[in-house]
Amino acid sequence: MSEHIVSSKTYYTIWIILLVLTAVTAWIATVDLRPPLNTIVALLIASGKATIVVLFFMHVKYTSEKLTKTVLVAAVFWLLILLALSMADYTTRHLL
Amino acid sequence: MADRPAVESIEQHNLALQHHFVNMEQQRNAASLGMWLFLATEIMFFGGLFCSYLIYRYWYPNEFAIASRALSLPIGTVNTAVLICSSLTVALSVRAAQVGQRKMLVILLLLTMLFGLTFLGVKGYEWHDEYERHHVPGLAFNISDLTAEYPQIHIDPVHTQLFFALYFAMTGLHALHMIIGVGLFCFITFYAWKGHYGPDYHTPLENSGLYWHFVDIVWIYLFPLLYLIDRHPLK
Repeated sequence: MSEHIVSSKTYYTIWIILLVLTAVTAWIATVDLRPPLNTIVALLIASGKATIVVLFFMHVKYTSEKLTKTVLVAAVFWLLILLALSMADYTTRHLL
Repeated sequence: MADRPAVESIEQHNLALQHHFVNMEQQRNAASLGMWLFLATEIMFFGGLFCSYLIYRYWYPNEFAIASRALSLPIGTVNTAVLICSSLTVALSVRAAQVGQRKMLVILLLLTMLFGLTFLGVKGYEWHDEYERHHVPGLAFNISDLTAEYPQIHIDPVHTQLFFALYFAMTGLHALHMIIGVGLFCFITFYAWKGHYGPDYHTPLENSGLYWHFVDIVWIYLFPLLYLIDRHPLK
């Protein structure tokens, strides 16, 4: 099986979506939502942008190699362990 | 002589195919997997900084909120857009190699480096600005220009240094990756110009592209965490 060639149109579409999301996230940051919401919205938009970069620009959507996807999922999972367990510690210390 | 391996007769031998791989697809997949493993270690590398950012932000939310306002939102937004454009040109350059457009490939790679250098130039301007305003952690650090704007919020100026220490560490490490990326693309562009990359073989280009997109993703997270959080009016 040969390599999948993504059409230029797909790349331009992703590019436009990324630029629009950048503008949206910059604008929504100046709007006062309820306290944790600004952070959550900003991180959700960032994660959306990162996901489409990984899927389309980095060709993960088109790869036939399952090992690549495994490495990616494992790396993200590992990072979440680092962040989640660290915060589980620091955010509950005052309860002791 | 008659029972010689029949590999070459099955698939036409490609000069770029190393002898320990069965075919070009296996070689490409192996190189790609190696690159993804490297990127996994890079996620861990930046992950430590993101984790310390999270902890200190949790400890000193007001200090981080005020210090974050020292950064310019328009400049940060424009720089994010510049980096996204560079990711587009990298993605298109891989496509140009896949379809064998050598001239287009070289132009796209030069554009990528131009966007990368633009990003670094703007970042350098920001750092210089922060240096002049005494926002670099150290003996000359002074945040009174910002704290004076929000007298109603009690903050410890010492802890705002933590935000700037993390800001310089994170954007500095990111910029170092950008410099390495531009350096990589100097070689890639040279070989692309010499005609080394075509539909059959463009692994170095593709893997450098993966690296570039990864650095872009790091910035996609740095931008909201450093520039956007707590921009709304403080109470």
